[in-house]
Amino acid sequence: MSAATMTPAAARAASAAGSRPGKRRTGVVWSVVAWVVGVLFVLPALWMLLTSFHSEQAAATNPPSLAAPLTLQGYREFFGAGGGLSPWPPLLNSLTASVMSTLLVLALAIPAAYALSIKPVKKWSDVMFFFLSTKMLPAVAGLLPIYLIAENIHMLDNIWLLVILYTSMNLPIAVWMMRSFLAEVPVEMLEAASIDGAGLPTVLTRIVAPVAMPGIAATALISFIFSWNELLFARVLTGVVAGTSPVFLTGFVTSQGLFLAKVCAAAVCISLPVLIAGFAAQDKLVQGLSLGAVK
Amino acid sequence: MSSPTLTTAPTTPTRIGRAPTPGRSERALGWARRAPLMPALIFMIIVTQLPFVATLVISFTQWNALSPQNRKFTGLSNYATVLTDPMLRKAVLTTVELTLAVVVVSLLLGLGLALLLDRKFKGRGIVRTMLITPFLIVPVASALLWKHAMYNATYGVINGVLNWVWQLFGSHNAPQPDWVSKVPLMSIEASLVWQWTPFMMLILLAGLQSRQMDAVEAATVDGAGPFQVFRYLTLPHLRRYLELAALLGCVYVVQNFDAVFTLTSGGLGTGNLPYTIYQTFYEAHDYGQASAEGVVVVIASIIVATLALRTVSSLLSEEAGR
Repeated sequence: MSAATMTPAAARAASAAGSRPGKRRTGVVWSVVAWVVGVLFVLPALWMLLTSFHSEQAAATNPPSLAAPLTLQGYREFFGAGGGLSPWPPLLNSLTASVMSTLLVLALAIPAAYALSIKPVKKWSDVMFFFLSTKMLPAVAGLLPIYLIAENIHMLDNIWLLVILYTSMNLPIAVWMMRSFLAEVPVEMLEAASIDGAGLPTVLTRIVAPVAMPGIAATALISFIFSWNELLFARVLTGVVAGTSPVFLTGFVTSQGLFLAKVCAAAVCISLPVLIAGFAAQDKLVQGLSLGAVK
Repeated sequence: MSSPTLTTAPTTPTRIGRAPTPGRSERALGWARRAPLMPALIFMIIVTQLPFVATLVISFTQWNALSPQNRKFTGLSNYATVLTDPMLRKAVLTTVELTLAVVVVSLLLGLGLALLLDRKFKGRGIVRTMLITPFLIVPVASALLWKHAMYNATYGVINGVLNWVWQLFGSHNAPQPDWVSKVPLMSIEASLVWQWTPFMMLILLAGLQSRQMDAVEAATVDGAGPFQVFRYLTLPHLRRYLELAALLGCVYVVQNFDAVFTLTSGGLGTGNLPYTIYQTFYEAHDYGQASAEGVVVVIASIIVATLALRTVSSLLSEEAGR
């Protein structure tokens, strides 16, 4: 990179590492501080990971035994080796609820976002704020009538009920995110295409899709994360058949003797899909969490 | 007209696509535009709005699932109970305290971290990844981690480290408090701060990186110190990002159920509103009162949400004005 085309960040870095030795020293100090704080923040998660590979006896010592031999006992216990409940049904339920609701969210949100940005309907901003307002109202207030309706139509303890509810939970986020991505489609290109007589399918596949693809991926990952994490609805509306992973985890709320390694193994296993999806969506995470308001 | 703006509806939409052909009526065109929006809109109205209407209706009835024969219209009596019940008033206070503490502390920590990460240094990407990890652990799993692996009085790692440090100095009576029963609300808050600081950091970092750097450089050339740059350039620019982060944080943390449920099961004075409503409905089966509680919470959130929407809309209009 030549000096003439330096980005602001590079220019800042250059001035931070600049000629004056005092400035360089403070720069190093701040870098060390950043590293220390970063490690402190991740430490509980690392402790969870380490404990999950310890034996129950080693996990329960005080002071903690860092260098205890590693074992897969906790994971074996979690997957039902000790005769406990198998985690596979809840994991599969979570997978069904998250994947199906994410697909439904995309199917509903992408056309909606199109009608809110590329060919906007009248009063499109009112529609946007309607979507957003549903996200601001506490879900717990709608829980009781949903329970009563589900009871009436025999949908309690049915994973498809959660699919529908998770879709409604994530649709506003997805519409806002997708709109902010579609708004990046260059209008001049759309105009040029329409002058050249390109039909809607051509416009969608050639111009809109390339710009929107990363946005669709990020939207899907964030929708997946929120569905996978949800506890309150799953706990109230499901039972033995359709219980999801977070509901399974609530089985560990009360202590049961030596079980720390098993708890940590369970927490690691059930968090793994979210960690993977989250790191994959890292760059777009903030845009999704702020409903597309921050890029 | 080039890009959509936030001001009221665009008047004559002569954008892309074919111009309205004379044969096609204006109305049909309007519906063609609306068609892709309709499934999502109808779905949301049915799934989210109708239940609220039902909540409102049920809130005016006396209805306990344990004695269904006594179901009748009672007017505002559920609301009278909600507004006079000392336990519920406690729940409101707990919710406010929990939300404010978590949002303020994680916002300040997030600001510090965002400033640290705004500089270039070796391994910045790794530090950033480490920092967002807490946010990517399933909330129930995180609450379990804090409850059992961190706070536990006998084998929790906090007391373990205390013991270890004390033993380092040859003492054997390190303090071994039972954190969750000694400082229940603070235990919940600490675990939530751990989870929410990354969220604040990400929003504020995006804010910092959207600054116009030439102004900062000009100020530096003119002899402004780092503190002055922060006070007069960075902070004013960050203001709206701070507001947005705080308000979104409030919206999410007010609704917290997982941490309260897992760490204390609402005991020891930590029952917040979502947990209390859950309890009234799921454990006491008092449908009428649970609904009245729900309506009160909805009204309170509308007030907070109005503020939040205003902030989001100001960010949106800035984006549209580019």
